[in-house]
Amino acid sequence: MEAFLHQVFSGLATGGIYASLALALVMIYQSTNHINFAQGEMAMFSTYLAWSMIDAGLAYWWAFLLTVAISFITGVVIERIIIRPVERAPVLSVVTVFVALLVIFNSVAGWIFTYTIKTFPSPFPEQPLFGNRYISSHELGAIGITLGVLVVLYLFFRFTPLGLAMRAAAQNATSSRLSGIRVGWMLALGWGLAAAVGAVAGMLIAPIVYLDPNMMSGVLLYAFAAALVGGIDSPFGAVLGGFLVGVLENLIGAYVVGTELKLTVALVLIIGVLVFKPTGLFGRVFVSRV
Amino acid sequence: MTLALVIAQTGHAEKSYGPGVTDSEIKIGQTMPYSGPLSAFGTIGRAQAAYFEMINARGGVNGRKIKLLSLDDGYSPPKTIEQTRKLVESDEVLLLFSSFGTPPNTAAMKYLNAKKVPQLFIAATGMKWGDPKNFPWTMAFLPSQKTGTAGYVSHLLKTRPDAKIGVLYQNDDFGKDYLKALRDQLGSKAASMVIAEASYESTDPSVDSQIATLQGSGADTFFSFASPKFAAQSIRKAYDIGWKPLFFIPYSAQSVNAVLQPAGLDKSVGVISSAYVKDPTDPQWKGDAATREWLAWMKSYYPEGDLSEIYNVYAYTNAQLLIQVLKQCGDELTREHVMKQAANLKNFELPMLLPAYASIPARPITTRSSSCNSCASTARSGFALAR
Repeated sequence: MEAFLHQVFSGLATGGIYASLALALVMIYQSTNHINFAQGEMAMFSTYLAWSMIDAGLAYWWAFLLTVAISFITGVVIERIIIRPVERAPVLSVVTVFVALLVIFNSVAGWIFTYTIKTFPSPFPEQPLFGNRYISSHELGAIGITLGVLVVLYLFFRFTPLGLAMRAAAQNATSSRLSGIRVGWMLALGWGLAAAVGAVAGMLIAPIVYLDPNMMSGVLLYAFAAALVGGIDSPFGAVLGGFLVGVLENLIGAYVVGTELKLTVALVLIIGVLVFKPTGLFGRVFVSRV
Repeated sequence: MTLALVIAQTGHAEKSYGPGVTDSEIKIGQTMPYSGPLSAFGTIGRAQAAYFEMINARGGVNGRKIKLLSLDDGYSPPKTIEQTRKLVESDEVLLLFSSFGTPPNTAAMKYLNAKKVPQLFIAATGMKWGDPKNFPWTMAFLPSQKTGTAGYVSHLLKTRPDAKIGVLYQNDDFGKDYLKALRDQLGSKAASMVIAEASYESTDPSVDSQIATLQGSGADTFFSFASPKFAAQSIRKAYDIGWKPLFFIPYSAQSVNAVLQPAGLDKSVGVISSAYVKDPTDPQWKGDAATREWLAWMKSYYPEGDLSEIYNVYAYTNAQLLIQVLKQCGDELTREHVMKQAANLKNFELPMLLPAYASIPARPITTRSSSCNSCASTARSGFALAR
């Protein structure tokens, strides 16, 4: 029982990691209808920014806020300069640009910050809460912040005019443009938001997996699985999907297939969802008129 | 070039050169993971290039400059083959030196042996390199998994003969060879002593679940055959969930800077490891002449390199060994003679090796395994370090 609880809780903790990155993936999908393969690397790069600031003596929360702000701006700039020109290009070209971004961010981070792993500080206390042995304060705090980000995003998209405009721009660019929404800027804002959410994810993940240029390569796959399970256009689904993937992966790895096939669980989930329920658990089913 | 070979065969001339050698230059090649998941190890190639730069600035080896062609293979074996072929067939290097990684070197080994090109002092932990009968052109530098675990096992059998062992291993040749070496050395006791095994992929975000499984098995001794990042994670997780086993990590993960500090020095207390080179971050080497020389070289030739990075020590030591081989070759720089001299390193001291290892035996990988009292002593010094 003890071992089982450990598996469940460490599954929830890693699930929180997947959830936070999945949220960023969903963000960009919601506002641009694309999956950004470079999302993980952008988040990693933001985390290095935060690390540099903290290393230079800035207080944690100032570094946190500054990093989120800079990432937002960088996201907007990337959309304006790099993504914009290929906006009307075939999907394959866009994917190529994303993959190129992935490689560029990874290599530049390695070039500037070296590949030696670094410790990233956590804002939460070192000792676990209530003296429990199952989950550390940071992991608990990270889950809390992820849920907080989720609520803020929900409120933003649901109740603000800007959120509505962004949703409209992603779903039907032509109609939105006709009703006076500046679609180009909405897309750029979407990129900015996704980069900001990614930065938060990176800063929450780094204390757990350590900061190095490759820290997101493993996480990204699970985050995809999480986003797909929950439904690629549902932030709530992505977060739930993250926890689900984390716990399932642990339990199936520990008790059913063994650790050697643990990674396969994520891949099976991705394929399973795409084959049987492409919209995921909470995704909307689109019906288009022909 | 054909002429040079003919002369080499007849043996009349004083100088005989293999491919890649002229009166003023020796061309050598290597493959390194400058990109990809293990790009942390790319520093080995950069440090070695910097070391040869110093050698060249001081006049080279017997008047010849060393030209290192270091190509990126991204730790992907098919790419290693492609790059190795390019080095041998189009760049015509004399030898391959210190190429990185167990899977890449495994891929290149057959080709290089068929072509009779020296595959020297490869930067990979493996049991298959020390096989002069089948692969006479391949020679290792790092202690194998067998050497790496021998000291641990004798320490374990002395201190906890009825141990219940849990093993975490990386799911590739590196980790599996460690597991096999451990089982081999426990012999008939392996079946009863090793009670739990768990693996991880090098792409996994964390090994928390595996640690929970191993703790749940009731093991009181833990071998974490993991690469640095995952060794750090396993130290931290075991501490956090209150598991206090007799804890072993491999020598490749004994870096204070890359493993013990990230894991938390307080959480690393009692972790046992072994070492074969001096860790420049370890205070006990602060006054050591060799360490200071290493530091001076780093500062003037590889200033962008990390001074606390143990792989830079490794790269330096390995390059020194190659320079010694080339020195011993004199003017007879053929591939055959290089191998002959590489197997003929007697009474040559590598300053950054730990004292127990400092004198290199003739054929590093095979003879080292028989000198295991030295491992036990390094295991003990590692113990002291972690305390």
